[in-house]
Amino acid sequence: MADDSLYLAGGKAVIIDGDQAFDAATGSPVKVPESPESLTLNNRIRGELANALAALKLFDPDRALRLESATKLQSKVDPELAPLLARALEKESDTEIKAMLTLAHAQANLGNPDPLARLAAVKALSETTSPTVRSLLLPLTQKETEADDRVRYKAIAAVKHMEQRLGFAELLARIFSGLSLGSILLLAALGLAITYGVMGVINMAHGELLMIGAYSAYAMQSFFRAVLPDYLDWYLAAAVPVAFFTAAAVGVVMERTVIRWLYGRTLETLLATWGLSLVLIQAARVLFGAQNVEVANPSWMSGGVELLPNLILPWNRIIIVGFALFVLFLVWVLMNRTRLGMFVRAVTQNRAMAGCVGVPTARIDTLAFALGAGIAGLGGVALSQISNVGPDMGQGYIVDSFMVVVVGGVGQLAGAVWAALGLGIFSKLLEGWSGAVVAKITVLVAIIVFIQKRPQGIFALKGRFVE
Amino acid sequence: MRKPLIIRILSALDRKAWLALGIFLALALVAVPALHLLVPEGSPFHVSTYAITLVGKIMCYALVAVAMDLIWGFGGILSLGHGLFFALGGYAFGMYLMRQIGTDGSYGAALPDFMIFLDWKELPWFWLGSDSFGWAAFLALALPAVVAFVFGYFAFRSRIKGVYFSIITQALTYAAMLLFFRNETGFGGNNGFTDFKRILGYSITAPETRLVLFGLTALALAATLVLARWLVTSRFGRVLAAIRDAESRVMFIGYNPLWYKLAIWTLSAVLCGIAGALYVPQVGIINPSEMSPGNSIEIAIWVAVGGRGTLIGPVIGAFVVNLAKSWFTVSFPEYWLFFLGLLFIVVTLMLPHGLVGLWKQFVAKRAAARGAAPALVAKGASA
Repeated sequence: MADDSLYLAGGKAVIIDGDQAFDAATGSPVKVPESPESLTLNNRIRGELANALAALKLFDPDRALRLESATKLQSKVDPELAPLLARALEKESDTEIKAMLTLAHAQANLGNPDPLARLAAVKALSETTSPTVRSLLLPLTQKETEADDRVRYKAIAAVKHMEQRLGFAELLARIFSGLSLGSILLLAALGLAITYGVMGVINMAHGELLMIGAYSAYAMQSFFRAVLPDYLDWYLAAAVPVAFFTAAAVGVVMERTVIRWLYGRTLETLLATWGLSLVLIQAARVLFGAQNVEVANPSWMSGGVELLPNLILPWNRIIIVGFALFVLFLVWVLMNRTRLGMFVRAVTQNRAMAGCVGVPTARIDTLAFALGAGIAGLGGVALSQISNVGPDMGQGYIVDSFMVVVVGGVGQLAGAVWAALGLGIFSKLLEGWSGAVVAKITVLVAIIVFIQKRPQGIFALKGRFVE
Repeated sequence: MRKPLIIRILSALDRKAWLALGIFLALALVAVPALHLLVPEGSPFHVSTYAITLVGKIMCYALVAVAMDLIWGFGGILSLGHGLFFALGGYAFGMYLMRQIGTDGSYGAALPDFMIFLDWKELPWFWLGSDSFGWAAFLALALPAVVAFVFGYFAFRSRIKGVYFSIITQALTYAAMLLFFRNETGFGGNNGFTDFKRILGYSITAPETRLVLFGLTALALAATLVLARWLVTSRFGRVLAAIRDAESRVMFIGYNPLWYKLAIWTLSAVLCGIAGALYVPQVGIINPSEMSPGNSIEIAIWVAVGGRGTLIGPVIGAFVVNLAKSWFTVSFPEYWLFFLGLLFIVVTLMLPHGLVGLWKQFVAKRAAARGAAPALVAKGASA
């Protein structure tokens, strides 16, 4: 019947299966009727049927079928099915199915007139983690709907317990989204921290380098769609190097044509790089249109890991956190294990002295700027996977990533890491508690207060400085 | 014995500067009203309403630019959040204008339209007294002053300066913009205040009201220039310049830079508040986008284009950039951002002293070519 094989023929219900026909009431074969009239089923009947069929399948010898039917019964169980479920439970040997059946049985028993049966059902349900159970138990906490005191108290306790656990899961989810926000911030701030550390200038066009990275991902996606549609899922792998080198190239051009000439005039650099950012935004508008473009997650990044019943960690965010850690590791290696990194650190600490001992400071400036820009490009690729890609997507990030640099302290990777993750998690937690705008304002005020106490950031370079 | 303050302020300008100021005021207070009201429309000498609104608006911007120049050009502090003070002044005065609409709004209620829309029954507490002109005018000055003072005190006390200070001011105006975008904040959310009808009972669109506002703006600008001229030539101005050039040394001599910076910073914010309060009735709208970081940083480019460290420079810069903007956004809307961006780059790279610096260079070169002794370029232009 659920397969639409029940027909009305000559006033009799007939089941037609392929070219055979059975009388629906007796099951005996009859002749296939000439003009069978299909029975239309409404959704309610379908639902009931599905439940009944699932219940019947509980006795199937095939484990997979039993599991499937037990899963189906999780969502909605009629009280009438309780005895049937009890019998199935007795016969069941598989632990997984057994657990599910216990749950279904308890759900069915919630409507049982016998208070003891209800009590047992509440007890069984309170040990589960499914979020739907809470709504099932809620009616039992009210005096109007539940007369028996023992059942009611038990239900109240169970609901309270469950709410605690749900709150915990929500907290975990928020911390996780803070973590993923933090890793985007980290990718944005790492580049900024390097250029600010080396040259003491804030690149206001840094957010636009993120934008360039994101548009690189979009361009690679279009390219793969047109040329290599079979490998579309792997466009992201190609986008990573393309974004890095495109952003780095733009960074080199910026440094060579503008920033280099403003050395020592940091405030003017702010203005000039702001001008650069306006030009880049308008260029993106001309090239790609003013509207946001669509960058799809590759199929291996969609979906998520279910950690708790109501806590699903999306793959794209997990991968972004991993990607940020990977980039961080590469940057750490570059800064601490290579000659270039040593030069960069030397120039950060004391430019004049580094120059005296033969470090080519001008070239280091360019390379550091290219590196910072490239990392921002990588950040853009990551950002393209979780937010909109548009010409002015980068504008909001300059303040945030500068805050990371300020809080973290200049010239140290560890500072940027802690500050990025801390700010990300802090603002997400606040967002859940007070709303996005208030959270943003609170974070800014907190940072201003923080700078009062520690103007040099969490991790300051030790040394004797004078302006 | 020291001369009275007012004499000292007025004697800060030399004869040429007074002449220029007098011509400017004569144009704004006599010539423009006469040409607008008496000369019939269609005559080539008629000054249109559009022109008056545009020039009035730009004079407000020029006032902001002078305020910006006081802290950036003379104090060495680059604020990227001056749009906030401008908007605060505008909002404070806009509240009064909203109340002046009375029951003429589209809902015909005593409350401003957006409150009816939010289903509010009475005015929130901070709208208290907003129906009085005096209170609104006071608020337009006091609100920016208090915000600037509190923020400046904490920032300057911990000696935040340079790019740190700039970015934090940008964050400040950004946060304020987010706050004002919310409907629940009580200032009209996205749309802000608009649809004004009256000011002190006079119709806000009447040509006479417009001319009065125009004249007031011109007077405010002139008064600001005189005051600023006196400030930067006084002892205070010299200490300020010293702090700009070598803060540590000033401290070693025994000055506390905190109060000097805080004074000029607060004054600058108040001037912005005045400009905002004059801007809103002339333009007829105030909304949170005035606080966007982009707007604030644009103020800096007016000053840079004109020439910072001079007082006439910011006025010239504000006029040049904004006239270019109104021409570009009509004729080539796509290219305005390219132009503005390139302006930022070219001015900072090639014209560190702005148009005024260029003019001085030109004058000095001509003098040298004529064989005369190179004219000593006076520091700071006449106001």
